[in-house]
Amino acid sequence: MKQTIVSPSPHLHSSLSTRSLMRDVIIALAPAMIVSVLFYGWRALMLLAVCTATCVLAEWFITKFMLKRPDTVGDLSAVVTGILLALNIPPASPWWLAVVGSIVAIGIAKMTFGGLGQNIFNPALVGRVFLLVSFPVLMTDWALPGGSWNLFGPSVDAYSGATPLGIAKEGLLNGMTLPEIFAQHPEFTWKEMFYIKAGGSTGEISALALIIGFTYLVCRRVIKVTIPLTIVATVAVITAIFSAVNPDVYTGPLFNIFNGGLLLGAIFMATDYVTSPMTTKGQIIFAVGIGIITVAIRYFGSYPEGVSFAILIMNCTVPLLNKYCKPARFGKEVKNG
Amino acid sequence: MKLKTFKMGGVHPDDSKISSGAAIEELPLPQTAYISMAQHLGAPAVPAVQKGDSVKVGQLIATAGGFVSAVIRSPFSGTVKAVEPRADLAGNMVPHIIIDVEGDEWLPEIDRTPDIRREITATPGEILAKIQDAGVVGLGGAAFPTHVKLAPPKGKTAECLILNGTECEPFLTSDDRIMRERPEEIILGAVIMMKALGVDKCYVGIEENKPEAIAAMKGAAAGYAGVKVVPLRKKYPQGGEKQLIDAIIRRRVPSMGLPIDTGAVVQNVGTSLAVYEAVQKNKPLIDNTITVTGKCLGSQRNFKTRVGCTYAQLLEAAGGAPENAAKFISGGPMMGKAIVNLEAATQKATSALLVLTEEETLRKPESNCIRCGKCADACPMGLQPFLLSKYARAGKHQDELEEEKVFDCIECGCCLYTCPANIPLLDVIRPAKAEVIKIMRSRPKQ
Amino acid sequence: MTTTILYTVLCLVALGLLFAVVLYLVAQKFKVEEDPRIDTVESLLPGANCGGCGNAGCRAFAEKFVKADGEGDFFCPVGGNETMKKIAGALGKEAVEKVPMAAIVRCQGTADKCARTNRYDGYASCKVAAALYSGETGCRWGCIGLGDCLEVCQFGGIRIDPRSGVADINADMCTGCGSCAKVCPRGVIEMRPKGPKGRRVFVSCVNRDKGALTRKACTIGCIGCGKCEKVCPFGAVHVENNVAYIDFTKCKLCRKCVDECPTHAIVAANFPPKPQQVAQPNTEKQ
Repeated sequence: MKQTIVSPSPHLHSSLSTRSLMRDVIIALAPAMIVSVLFYGWRALMLLAVCTATCVLAEWFITKFMLKRPDTVGDLSAVVTGILLALNIPPASPWWLAVVGSIVAIGIAKMTFGGLGQNIFNPALVGRVFLLVSFPVLMTDWALPGGSWNLFGPSVDAYSGATPLGIAKEGLLNGMTLPEIFAQHPEFTWKEMFYIKAGGSTGEISALALIIGFTYLVCRRVIKVTIPLTIVATVAVITAIFSAVNPDVYTGPLFNIFNGGLLLGAIFMATDYVTSPMTTKGQIIFAVGIGIITVAIRYFGSYPEGVSFAILIMNCTVPLLNKYCKPARFGKEVKNG
Repeated sequence: MKLKTFKMGGVHPDDSKISSGAAIEELPLPQTAYISMAQHLGAPAVPAVQKGDSVKVGQLIATAGGFVSAVIRSPFSGTVKAVEPRADLAGNMVPHIIIDVEGDEWLPEIDRTPDIRREITATPGEILAKIQDAGVVGLGGAAFPTHVKLAPPKGKTAECLILNGTECEPFLTSDDRIMRERPEEIILGAVIMMKALGVDKCYVGIEENKPEAIAAMKGAAAGYAGVKVVPLRKKYPQGGEKQLIDAIIRRRVPSMGLPIDTGAVVQNVGTSLAVYEAVQKNKPLIDNTITVTGKCLGSQRNFKTRVGCTYAQLLEAAGGAPENAAKFISGGPMMGKAIVNLEAATQKATSALLVLTEEETLRKPESNCIRCGKCADACPMGLQPFLLSKYARAGKHQDELEEEKVFDCIECGCCLYTCPANIPLLDVIRPAKAEVIKIMRSRPKQ
Repeated sequence: MTTTILYTVLCLVALGLLFAVVLYLVAQKFKVEEDPRIDTVESLLPGANCGGCGNAGCRAFAEKFVKADGEGDFFCPVGGNETMKKIAGALGKEAVEKVPMAAIVRCQGTADKCARTNRYDGYASCKVAAALYSGETGCRWGCIGLGDCLEVCQFGGIRIDPRSGVADINADMCTGCGSCAKVCPRGVIEMRPKGPKGRRVFVSCVNRDKGALTRKACTIGCIGCGKCEKVCPFGAVHVENNVAYIDFTKCKLCRKCVDECPTHAIVAANFPPKPQQVAQPNTEKQ
């Protein structure tokens, strides 16, 4: 007779795997990817391809030749990092920028810590911030790439050159008030920002596409709504208070939520399992922190955008939050002799 | 209306109740039977017969080995062939009484008629004595002696009885079948236990995936005051005592506490049936219903089985094991034990023989923890399995494990079931829990 | 400009002084008086922190040793007599000599001798498997081969041959700390004196089942026949619970029992090979 299998219970296993979770994230990113390709044409496609390929290759190379371990490319986490990085850099970035960012993301932020699950910082964000500090000019050049398949052609020119956040910040620095700036840019309506808007990183074009991805992830129970909703709520509350006090200087909630990388960061980066807390209590503290830091950088910092920094800063607190935020236990403790 | 369920954690495995359509059949008597002396929680029973003795069905063959222990009465008539150690399902040697089965001769005082005896004349004291004398143990899995559970310790009083008909483990259908086929006898058993406990409320918790059982039990309960059937939302491990109490009366058993601390006593529906038979029909616990199931099997069956048949006999009665059968499990797939030795004998609390193929059961290779926290979300006790397993694997972290309440783990397997990285969480937590509890017990009491 | 620098310097100097005072006070308050000899003793110990002496590590051993002033039952199995002599000398005492020990695996149930009846699919730990069931073979006493001993060995002296599935101890690397013997859930590993030139004779089986059962499970197990007991001229061998045991305090390494054993369960390790003897696989534990 064939040898029977023996193991401790349980004898069944759910169909969940690291790979299936990552696959769901990729599917959730699909709307944002499609919109960016339709909008920015072959340039976005090139960035996605280069980032993904470099991330996967870097991981394969490091596991195979440097760590001499079985390779972990199959879990698709490198693909997710690659896509996120591509969506987080300007659409006009040259190919070598994407390669450098990907190698930093995988090589430095992920593999040096021991690979998936061991890293402290979100790899894609480390890649982006590395590029931002190393190549500040390239990374804030929001010029639209020329040509091909640009389905939304006519409306594009109006925005090229800077992001709404950048325009607002620069205007304020030049001594203008917000109503004056907005008067110069009639296209800054929340509807435009919600559906489609130019300027900003590759993946930031459409809030709608990101929200579709968010809905998918929540329905598939890949992520819980806690972190994204808390971040958005925190930003909304703080900006509402500030803009109510001084509407000349402080931008309002809708402007802040639908502009820049807030949604992309809140939905796809802050919810990264590895670099976010594991208990609801910890997740709320983490998300509130991200919201506060983001608004602080946007209002008072020298960068127009602060989501990446906010998430990276809060990533540092995760081990501590995991240690001190325990889930509620079943039943109160009694002394039972 | 939203159905009740327990609030914390839990998972939703495919319930696979493929054998629920099969009516209960009698398993033919074997030629030789093997009665284990360790088929209940607590001290093993002490054999009271010797080689060569002839026994009848219902005759006492082993006495209780301590306060928390149960007597064993013979499920067969015949001659005692030997009293010796024999391998149990895990391959460990346990004392058995081996009986050569001859005919089927019952003790005369046992009422074998199918009539339902509704009149309860026994006093609470007599009820407990009869249950103890019949060797009734909890049939939900742990096989805790029922008479001990029905006598709350001093200073604690019972407020209600909860019958556990949840059968939350996938595949199992034996409780479902007895609830459909013998609902009134189960309710009578509950009424008897209510009398013994001195309570006037009884809730019967049944999961929604057994509509026929809910209907049958509701119909039977209609005639009895205080007995209420509570349909529950399907979620594993609803059948855990602590989870069931939380689901039905919304009270939580304290950490390190007992269910009685909430005023509830939980009994399985199978136990209730055994109590009815013991008190009203003088029939000791000598048989139980065992599901033989598995997607790879040709036929799905529910057998009324005398205690002491072998798993091999059950398997043969259901048509034998197919070529691709890889794992045999006694009990459900979440908490059941893998069988090493199919020649091992069934016990009082055996609920199923489950056959799984390699594709269904083989574990996938372990990968890095991605800190998704799904194990903590799934844990019905609010523990953090990833942390417990980390401590347990590192070794020598008993203090931290105690602080993280490893002793609260009910070993339901939700963490290991869920883990996307296939980390053997429960495998490593289980021995760590045993170690910590041993250390805690060894401390002087204050 | 100069005032700015001046203020900066002054500020930093003031802060530095302040912290120095605070640190000094804290250090005074939490000062722990410690016997300086503890450091001396610790530096003489091997520093493997193996726990073989029964303490949490070398430091803990040194503390206890100094506290008891070198009196009592202290022995570092790793460092052996030489180390004991040194640390006793540091306290001005004489060390008590002990026989050097080595770990041996009392099981030869390799895959070819002891057939596998099932496949274990849980966490690869002997402790977990032993708590679950009787093991992958028909023998519920022998080596499980999942390597708990290998995990605890600080000296890299144990390996599990993937083909045989039985732990194998490298006698040259074994320091006799005894960690493996403590961790083995089946009690298969025993600490025995290293013996002259590493020579020792022992029964390499712990199966307490009756002979017939043992034989069914494994072809090289001790069946408790008692032939070795009869042949031993020194009364060193005794069969108890169906398994023979050679008392190393009485054994004179004559190897009569080795030739007598019908199942070759008795092992004579590190002897020069006898030409007339039937070759015994797996006896040379190198």
